Amino acid sequence: MTAAVELVDFDDVVARFDPVMGIEVHVELSTTTKMFCGCPTGFGAEPNTQVCPVCLGLPGALPVVNRAAVESAIRIGLALNCEIAPWGRFARKNYFYPDMPKNFQTSQYDEPIATDGFLDLTLDDGEVVRIGIERAHMEEDTGKSLHVGGADGRIHGADHSLLDYNRAGVPLIEIVTKMIPDTGARAPEVARAYVTALRDLMKSLGVSDVRMDQGSMRADVNLSLSPRGSGLLGTRTETKNVNSLRSVERAVRHEMSRQAAVLDAGGEIVQETRHFDEQTGHTRAGRRKETSEDYRYFPEPDLVPIAPSSEWIEQLRGTLPELPWERRRRIQAEWGVSDEEIRDLVNAGALDLVEATVAAGAPSQEARSWWVSYLAQQANAREIEPADLPITPEQVARVIELVSAGELTNKLARQVVDGVLAGEGSPDEVVAARGLKVVSDEGELVAAVDAALAEQPDVVEKIRGGKVQAAGAIVGAVMKATRGQADAKRVRELVIERCAPVSG
Amino acid sequence: MSELIRLTAAELAEKIHSREVSAVEAAQAHLDRIAAVDGRVHAFLHIGSEAALASAERVDAALARGAAPASPLAGVPLALKDVFTTSDMPTTCGSKILEGWQPPYDATVTERLRAAGVTVLGKTNMDEFAMGSSTEHSAYGVTRNPWDTTRVPGGSGGGSAAALAAYEAPLAIGTDTGGSIRQPAAFTGTVGVKPTYGGVSRYGLVACASSLDQAGPCARTVLDAALLHEVIAGHDPRDSTSIDRPVPDVVAAARSGARGDLSGLRVGVVRELGGEGYQPGVRAAYEASLRLLEKLGAEMVEVSCPHFEYGLAAYYLILPSEVSSNLARFDAMRYGLRAAEGRSAEEVMANTREQGFGAEAKRRIMLGTYALSSGYYDAYYGQAQKVRTLISRDFAKAFEQADVLVSPTTPTVPFPIGDKVDDPLAMYLNDLATIPTNLAGVTGMSVPSGLADGLPVGLQVMAPALGEAVMYRVGAAFEAARDADEGGPLIARVPEVSA
Repeated sequence: MTAAVELVDFDDVVARFDPVMGIEVHVELSTTTKMFCGCPTGFGAEPNTQVCPVCLGLPGALPVVNRAAVESAIRIGLALNCEIAPWGRFARKNYFYPDMPKNFQTSQYDEPIATDGFLDLTLDDGEVVRIGIERAHMEEDTGKSLHVGGADGRIHGADHSLLDYNRAGVPLIEIVTKMIPDTGARAPEVARAYVTALRDLMKSLGVSDVRMDQGSMRADVNLSLSPRGSGLLGTRTETKNVNSLRSVERAVRHEMSRQAAVLDAGGEIVQETRHFDEQTGHTRAGRRKETSEDYRYFPEPDLVPIAPSSEWIEQLRGTLPELPWERRRRIQAEWGVSDEEIRDLVNAGALDLVEATVAAGAPSQEARSWWVSYLAQQANAREIEPADLPITPEQVARVIELVSAGELTNKLARQVVDGVLAGEGSPDEVVAARGLKVVSDEGELVAAVDAALAEQPDVVEKIRGGKVQAAGAIVGAVMKATRGQADAKRVRELVIERCAPVSG
Repeated sequence: MSELIRLTAAELAEKIHSREVSAVEAAQAHLDRIAAVDGRVHAFLHIGSEAALASAERVDAALARGAAPASPLAGVPLALKDVFTTSDMPTTCGSKILEGWQPPYDATVTERLRAAGVTVLGKTNMDEFAMGSSTEHSAYGVTRNPWDTTRVPGGSGGGSAAALAAYEAPLAIGTDTGGSIRQPAAFTGTVGVKPTYGGVSRYGLVACASSLDQAGPCARTVLDAALLHEVIAGHDPRDSTSIDRPVPDVVAAARSGARGDLSGLRVGVVRELGGEGYQPGVRAAYEASLRLLEKLGAEMVEVSCPHFEYGLAAYYLILPSEVSSNLARFDAMRYGLRAAEGRSAEEVMANTREQGFGAEAKRRIMLGTYALSSGYYDAYYGQAQKVRTLISRDFAKAFEQADVLVSPTTPTVPFPIGDKVDDPLAMYLNDLATIPTNLAGVTGMSVPSGLADGLPVGLQVMAPALGEAVMYRVGAAFEAARDADEGGPLIARVPEVSA
């Protein structure tokens, strides 16, 4: 265990040290079958129900490469501006672990499918940072262990362990950055922005569901500090399996402060893996890497090499969708919105929803307003993503249409949305069922106004006396009487109109 | 003793298909023979009488209905090396670590045998995980050579070869990683073929060294081997190294070869495998074989394969490297043996492997682990792969000069049990002549070529990848001529095994 150290204030860290980062992201591909066999890959099935001799590594079983996984890997490589290797092999990475069926992982080592690319990030202030991509390679996931009987679910102290191999053999892509230097105080933000951009990219390519909470996307953050301006490379630590965007940022920030503290105290950074603790926001030491592990890589003799033809690669290039950053630029131009606005939409997870709402016929202004304010609040209150709200962009567009047609006021519109969210049906069904329609019958309105005026003669006096703002009280009473279904503006006009003759 | 067991597979098949003999009778005759002699030979690790008889009954029933035989070998009994998975019998690979393991699935070879209506009698003994040249490295005891039961039958497929020589089965399946089909064939006076790498599916064949392993037929005649070859060979989408090309017509080749004319054919005599340092009797038989081939009209040419001398060294780096990785899965977590003691998963694994693996397996795991470790990879594994490339080129050049190559299959006759078990290097030398074909992925066979000191020796015939047809043709021609010269097949002279 490393002794507890007083963390160094972040500003102080960056005043004296340069952080150097490297980020490895594992992405589980959402192919229907596993990397080397035909077993299904669905998440959450009963343990050991999605297994066969191949993914269980039974004696004699042999792998066969999943073509769809290779296609995903190539498309990811192309989207990351990488070179695609015209020929390459899988390798065996040999090490023992109970949840690894063959005790070697079939992976790619010195012949990755994609190398030498980049990804441009736009930070919050509009600055663009280019992240170099070292490589993207294919491999298979391992199974999962469940340690039972211990205090903290870890293997130490457990009295037995259960193994679930459903995940074993699920295709993974590991994307490794080149060294990311010179980010200074922005290192945590850059790390988060990078993982966010990758997540958006995978989503737009449709190659993964990128659910960090379910482990289908995991980030390992390598970080070292070098004394400001020294150019010396410090010893790095590797914080493993960080599983949320926010945690990526926090892990970098914490590791910078912790390493600075160790160095300030005259200590040395130990090359080790570390685990990020969501509760405390701290990292703690994991496995020590005093000597680098010897994985005894060698070319996988059970698989023939992969040699994608240039025709195949070009055909796959043709399947790349509009990439997230291209799409953002296009949408920004089409809607005429600022960098900041588009970023808010992205951060709120609402860009797709707004776009779909616009596609359903709503003006972008109204569509944005609904999704980033009222609907975002509703999602927040339910602790879900806006996309998971039980209302479709088409339904939101319909509500907007009803408002602009003057059939609903904004306030009524919110009630209609509440009804849809409550499962009462489509906007039109809610309008009908709840009787939520603007009272547009003039006679009815006049009657309601006259009734309210009759009840508050003192207010009438005030209005007639020139205090036009007193009309608000009457308007309020009318709105109440009509259960909000009157057009407040028209009511106000009527109030003033009905009070006018006396003063004239 | 039933005369049925003396028939070749082709003869027996004919009698079964014409319903002169039932498949059940054929199976029972061999099961009886096993019961009578296997106590002494110990060719089998497991006998599946019930399943064998049930399978034979299905063949008889189909024939009785007037259906055509599922294959030319339908109803013929066979002994299967215990390295193929079988869903109705244990698969142990001769190792204690898999004692009693019953796989949940059939190997492709097993499936094809079943589909062909072949009667699988049981599983045969072998050196642990196919590592060895004597079948003394089985955790379940040695197999004895029917020619002299104080001697080894060769390895690792000693069980399959001995079963043929003891008339316990007319057909057997082996696997050949560095000679494990051909060397036992030579030691038992039988025929063994290592097909082209990728010619027979490895799916369900428990791996020794993936890049070298090749399943193949074992029989008492070249034609029988060809008939069996045809049943098991062919593309399998479950094995990515399996060749997606038509299987050469080996049966037709064997039949045409048996007519005995090799004129127009060039036979390459490999200078480096020319019998230098071989036992005198082995050398003499080889020289006689060359004269016989010449008599058949073949043009004899000397070819040189200068890198063959490094083959053994390269093989003993590549094989253990792959073994160290392939055997890693035997870790007590999912199947097979689990050591009772251990305070952690790592200790249970280590203790299980200590108890479950024999000396030869451990030796090769250690060698391979070392050869692959960083810092040594280039010097050992990497260098060995370069030698492998050079050997492939030697073959390519030699096959420009000759249609087939020949050599003695082994440097010695079968040695006494226990003679070399403590001297691994001496044991490894037995595969000297067979190893190059595995390194290059080309095809090779061993045919009986005579006796030396009263014990069988074999002639190795090698052909290019997918060149099985010409190899079978030469093998069959040689067999026919030798039998004619000697007044009958060599195997007929095997002494009766006394229980």
